Amino acid sequence: MTSRTPDRPGALSTVATPPRPAVRPAEAVIIAPGIAVRGHLITRGPIRREGPAKLTGDAQYADDLVFPGAWYGATIRSNLARARFLALELDPGFDWSNVVVITAADIPGEPLMGAVKGLTPDQPVLVPLGGEIQHHSEPLALIAAPDRRTLRAARRGVTVRTEPLPPVFDPLDSDKVFVSHDVVAGDLAAGFAAADMVLEGEYRMGHQEQLYIENQAMIAVPTEDGGVTVHGSLQCPYYVHPALMRALAIDARQARVVQAETGGGFGGKEEYPSLLAVHASLLALKCRKPVRMIYERHEDIAATTKRHPAVVRHRTGVLRDGTLVAQEIEVILDGGAYCTLSPVVLGRSTTHAGGPYRCPNVRITSRAVRTNTPPNGAFRGFGAPQVIFPVETHLNRIAEALGISPLEIRRRNVYRLGDVTPTGQVLSSSVAGLEVLERAAEAVDFDAARAVTQQARLTGQGWDSVATSPLRSPDRPSASGIGIALAWHGCGFTGSGELRYNSIVTIELDATGQVRVLAANTEMGQGTRTILPMIAAQALGIPSDEVEYAPQDTALVPNSGPTVASRTATIVGGLLVNAARQLRAEVEARSGGRSFAKAYREDAARHGPSRASAQYQPFPGQPFDERAFTGDPYPAWGWAACVARVDVDLDTGEVAVRDVVAVDDAGVVVHPILAEGQVEGGTLQAIGYATIEEMKVQDGRYLNDRLATYLIPTAVDAPRITAIMVESPFDGVPHGAKGLGEMPMDVGAPAVIAAIHDATGIWIDRLPATPERVLAGLTASAGANESGRPGSGGHDRPGGRP
Amino acid sequence: MTAIRFLVNGAPVELEAPGMRRLLDVLREDLGLTGTKEGCGEGECGACSVILDGEVVVSCLVPACQVDGRIIRTVEGLAARTPDGRILDDLQAAFLATGGAQCGMCTPGMLLSARVYLDAGGGPDEDAIREAIAGNLCRCTGYTKIIEAIALAAETGRRPAGA
Ligand code: FES
Ligand code: FES
Repeated sequence: MTSRTPDRPGALSTVATPPRPAVRPAEAVIIAPGIAVRGHLITRGPIRREGPAKLTGDAQYADDLVFPGAWYGATIRSNLARARFLALELDPGFDWSNVVVITAADIPGEPLMGAVKGLTPDQPVLVPLGGEIQHHSEPLALIAAPDRRTLRAARRGVTVRTEPLPPVFDPLDSDKVFVSHDVVAGDLAAGFAAADMVLEGEYRMGHQEQLYIENQAMIAVPTEDGGVTVHGSLQCPYYVHPALMRALAIDARQARVVQAETGGGFGGKEEYPSLLAVHASLLALKCRKPVRMIYERHEDIAATTKRHPAVVRHRTGVLRDGTLVAQEIEVILDGGAYCTLSPVVLGRSTTHAGGPYRCPNVRITSRAVRTNTPPNGAFRGFGAPQVIFPVETHLNRIAEALGISPLEIRRRNVYRLGDVTPTGQVLSSSVAGLEVLERAAEAVDFDAARAVTQQARLTGQGWDSVATSPLRSPDRPSASGIGIALAWHGCGFTGSGELRYNSIVTIELDATGQVRVLAANTEMGQGTRTILPMIAAQALGIPSDEVEYAPQDTALVPNSGPTVASRTATIVGGLLVNAARQLRAEVEARSGGRSFAKAYREDAARHGPSRASAQYQPFPGQPFDERAFTGDPYPAWGWAACVARVDVDLDTGEVAVRDVVAVDDAGVVVHPILAEGQVEGGTLQAIGYATIEEMKVQDGRYLNDRLATYLIPTAVDAPRITAIMVESPFDGVPHGAKGLGEMPMDVGAPAVIAAIHDATGIWIDRLPATPERVLAGLTASAGANESGRPGSGGHDRPGGRP
Repeated sequence: MTAIRFLVNGAPVELEAPGMRRLLDVLREDLGLTGTKEGCGEGECGACSVILDGEVVVSCLVPACQVDGRIIRTVEGLAARTPDGRILDDLQAAFLATGGAQCGMCTPGMLLSARVYLDAGGGPDEDAIREAIAGNLCRCTGYTKIIEAIALAAETGRRPAGA
């Protein structure tokens, strides 16, 4: 590798203390080695460490790394959703001498992969000859060549012979269940018997693509000891590490995983990079050259994991005043062709299915099933958005039927301190559902705003009420509406996940007096390299720029668990505080009463390096029983609310989300700008999910596998997003932080759908609310109303508008 | 192979390349200017944006032969180079101050689209800024802090003593 900056692997030992900010002659302030700004940067919180390199183009993403003599690798994939793999034919007229080809027969280790420890390995690294292809774009063989042109030509020389088999696409038709749960609390029959009203509903959601702007990318470099080092775009170095060991039959030292700068993950780089790393490594070990596998966008969308599509059914009993007395919920997730992370995703769907509401009698049945589409996997929210949209929309329908406002029905039912969840968890601390709800309502004066939109709808003036609507013109009537949603989100892994990882974090004071955090948690946009040193520095009582963050390289840092499940700030941050406190106590004990801040450099000079580590310890509370699905699935819950305002074009069905207020309880906000950034970004992904993001699937293949056809919101589509942070600290960790990154993803879609209802009177029960679905709803509702006006019988559309 | 000459970030460049080679590859692979990113390779994401004779173009769709004799600016050319190191320009500093870069993949393209907008006299108006970066997709930020950054730079640039 030719690049070398302090954050790059191999440079660790040579890294000096970063220069402290100092005023230069030109009044430039140094903010990173060799980079300065003029004057003083006015900002909130410490300057983001990852910032300067990303702004100058210095940051080295995988495809930016140069390995002299590297070859290029490619994947030969299936073009059927289910088939028998009969033969791989190489064109005899092509010169194969300078090309390597890998099939399943070349895999030295285990031929099947599992996403994480404890889950059944069922996904072939490559489909073996004679084996069954289970999804479109499934990897069948790998090829590599010294240059791209040879690679392209070689690709054309490969022919795949298959025999089609009948596929299954509808999850409701699948007979292969990866995992299922049945959670029962109270007496459902008695609950329904006591109810004044029972309402049923079915809700559906399709795939959503993570669409990180940097495609999947991995470079494998063979090492002299017969092992391999991979440099890649990835979230979890310690997922990739065991995957390499298993598939390549190498030991822990022969496998080394180095994270390159990562251009977004959102879950999409949680488990998939393991497969890609194995692929690149198989090629590299065979040709004995570094091999680059950098996906193009089309391949990335066609082959990698998506958010699980879901079907969710609700049957709910309520009292006249809106009190929930019975919830019967069925959740079906479409896992795609292999198990991957589906059981873990389903665990979260199951625990979150009832929403943040107290209900004494509950039954939640859930299952994740196999279909012949590419495996679905992790995506921000991880199974929660798929159940929060249904429960929130269903609750709004109940409120409407009872004549209660959506705000009021939430106030009546939201969990309070001391309430018990369906798995039997007593919510004994940090319960902020009501607080986030009230803050959101107050920020927009919800009742008053809704009174206006309601009045407009009832009097038939809705279409002209939006003077500023971008959709509005004399001949294009639009209606505006406002909607609110509320959610909870469990911090960290579901159930005993944390126990399985047994994460460990180390903090060291090296012989030169540099303090350094060693953890495997990765930066991919959220600011990990900034916030973890901040947390450590605070515990040590020193400025945060005196703490360095070691590179995410399995040769250097311990396994502090994956960077997923919004666990970095809470779980890893908590371990870090404990480790830092130990180090501080040790140094202070031998420094004759001086503080760590005063003593540490001298301590290092005198006593040499010191290290302290902390390992995950279970939180107090009831242990979670994975089989019965009872106990405390999470040590704490985060709470989120969202208010969205929309304009709906009543002629085209197009929905424009105008502005959004998102209120999130992160326990404690570590860095205000980074926290808001998480909320704003997550909210926009949720709005995309609600309105435009739809994977079109035909015969198990994603039809819109390009950026021109899978649309995400642009700056012009995006609403103004206001992030409001609430802090309800979690007392189970020393620094009080709970997760944050995923919550905004849970609440955005139901808020938008509620706003569409407020504007038009129609209920969208299937995401996204595309113009076609909205129009179909408007037409159906117009048909149901003699007057032809959607939503509220009475007047016809006003004729002569200005 | 065609001989191609142009200016990149003020420095003259002369190279032999197939005429249809993408400018993106010329910059990244032939010149090692990897600050310009590839997100889609088909003109949809804007990650590969560069400034060509004062206009923003997507370098994945520009063939090398078209840049002969022209002036190109990439993200590497934004910060001022001094003997002591580089000094961020007002726009980069504003992105740093507001948190406009998260994963950073869209950032080079965003900065260049914003640079052209500001150089053309663009002001802090939110809608105008949204239009100016409509061709640059960002999946991380929700655009809020990017817009704030550009507005901030617009305001800083207007203060006589600022820039
Ligand atoms: S890479 Fe050029 S526009 Fe996406
Ligand atoms: S910062 Fe990641 S895509 Fe914009």
